[in-house]
Amino acid sequence: MRTIDLAKTALRDLNQDLHRQSAGTNEARWEVINPMGSHAVAVGVDAPITIDIRGSVGYYCAGMNKQAIVTVHGSAGPGVAENMMSGEVRITGDASQYAGATGRGGLLVIEGNAASRCGVSMKGIDIVVKGSIGHMSAFMAQSGHLVVLGDAGDALGDSIYEAKLYVRGTVKSLGADCIEKDMRAEHHDELAGLLAKAGISGVQTSEFKRYGSSRKLYTFNIDNADAY
Amino acid sequence: MCGIVGLFLKDKALEPHLGALTNEMLTTMCGRGPDSAGFAVYGDALNDRAKITLQSPNPATDFANLDRLISGAIGHEVDLRVKSTHAVLTVPSDQLEAAKAVLRSQAPSVRIMATGSAIEIYKEVGYPTSVASRFELAKMSGTHAIGHTRMATESAVTTLGSHPFSTGPDQCLVHNGSLSNHNNLRRELRHDGMTFETENDSEVAAAYLTWRMNQGMNLGEALTKSLDDLDGFFTFVVGTKNGFGVLRDPIACKPAVMAETDQYVAFGSEYRALVNLPGIETAKVWEPEPGTVYFWER
Repeated sequence: MRTIDLAKTALRDLNQDLHRQSAGTNEARWEVINPMGSHAVAVGVDAPITIDIRGSVGYYCAGMNKQAIVTVHGSAGPGVAENMMSGEVRITGDASQYAGATGRGGLLVIEGNAASRCGVSMKGIDIVVKGSIGHMSAFMAQSGHLVVLGDAGDALGDSIYEAKLYVRGTVKSLGADCIEKDMRAEHHDELAGLLAKAGISGVQTSEFKRYGSSRKLYTFNIDNADAY
Repeated sequence: MCGIVGLFLKDKALEPHLGALTNEMLTTMCGRGPDSAGFAVYGDALNDRAKITLQSPNPATDFANLDRLISGAIGHEVDLRVKSTHAVLTVPSDQLEAAKAVLRSQAPSVRIMATGSAIEIYKEVGYPTSVASRFELAKMSGTHAIGHTRMATESAVTTLGSHPFSTGPDQCLVHNGSLSNHNNLRRELRHDGMTFETENDSEVAAAYLTWRMNQGMNLGEALTKSLDDLDGFFTFVVGTKNGFGVLRDPIACKPAVMAETDQYVAFGSEYRALVNLPGIETAKVWEPEPGTVYFWER
């Protein structure tokens, strides 16, 4: 295992080292110590490696991640796993605003709470939050899944497209065009799969409600197509 | 952008280290605000004496005989401690207004940055590390401190446009964001007798809180009321003689992290600003909720 101490090594050197890794790498396990809230730790990794970051990180940790399994043993600042493509990012503490924003694939697990705008404009990522999420989460969410074991703040799923939202606690308010939908058998199955993938047990899918688009905003009306 | 740091001590044993801790926090935030910096330090409150923090573009000439000028005019002993472009003038509390009047009439190029029994404010244009070192922040002691690194968006890069803003005795405010209704509000506050030194939006927020506290509200109540009356983006950190408050607007785009232990409450625009605080590994660390007033008082 490679251990990189960010108190001694420049962040740029760490990230360049990580970028050199590819599918057949022998250095499959990495540990980063003393991140001290640094920004852009392990951004742009594209290799099937595991990275354990011991401590809290700043902005954009694990952004654009592909294939790698990144665990932050602490909390993460704004934009964690932004535009993630695949792989898994796990935060054992809390995440700041716009966690998983624009994410296209992979799994983001936040074991604490996520602040506002979690999953904004998500495009295929699966996000599982054990705690609660802040306001304007899943704004314009296009596809993928957002699972929240706690509560959701104001304006959940405003202007949402085809992403599916599952919330176990209360929703302070729903955004424009976002409605509660029936939990049918396929949704229980899908949610059970997401919870299992995130390593969460002890909760029943029947405790969740499903939310999604009512598809009534002007963007869903074909007569408005010329406007774009 | 802009960077904010704040440290409110609960443990007296840390008071000699307030400046050193704040210095580390502030200088981590250079990237968020490289054009100017400033800080307010609340030292031990003086009995019967008031401090006036002064600033001058020509300190060598303006501060040379200022103590004699003031003491001669008001007929009382005063003390003047010069630090680079700033100086702290200490006068008997009941002579504060008289001393300010003499300053205004006889030393017109000297600016008053703050008055109070505990507060001192230092702020200048320049890279935050050099601003902090020219005023020897690391050597200062006290009960609480608030610092700011500025990347100007709404008004000119000048000493007076730097933060903190002080619009009332022992009060100060720093701001990350921009207010959209500051012109109207400034007009209304002027009508009610408040005075302004700049065209800066953050000064209006400071004056608004002073105006509310003049009506008898405490800092927490004034901050709560500001949610109705201020429009725009803001993360505020506010100090009073014995209080420390934090408020983010309901949209909360501007970043904020807080940490609390038995020894202190700390604020940083980023977690990086907090990493060298004692016991941070086991501190309660959280992101302040949007539109929620946080307020500590000793």
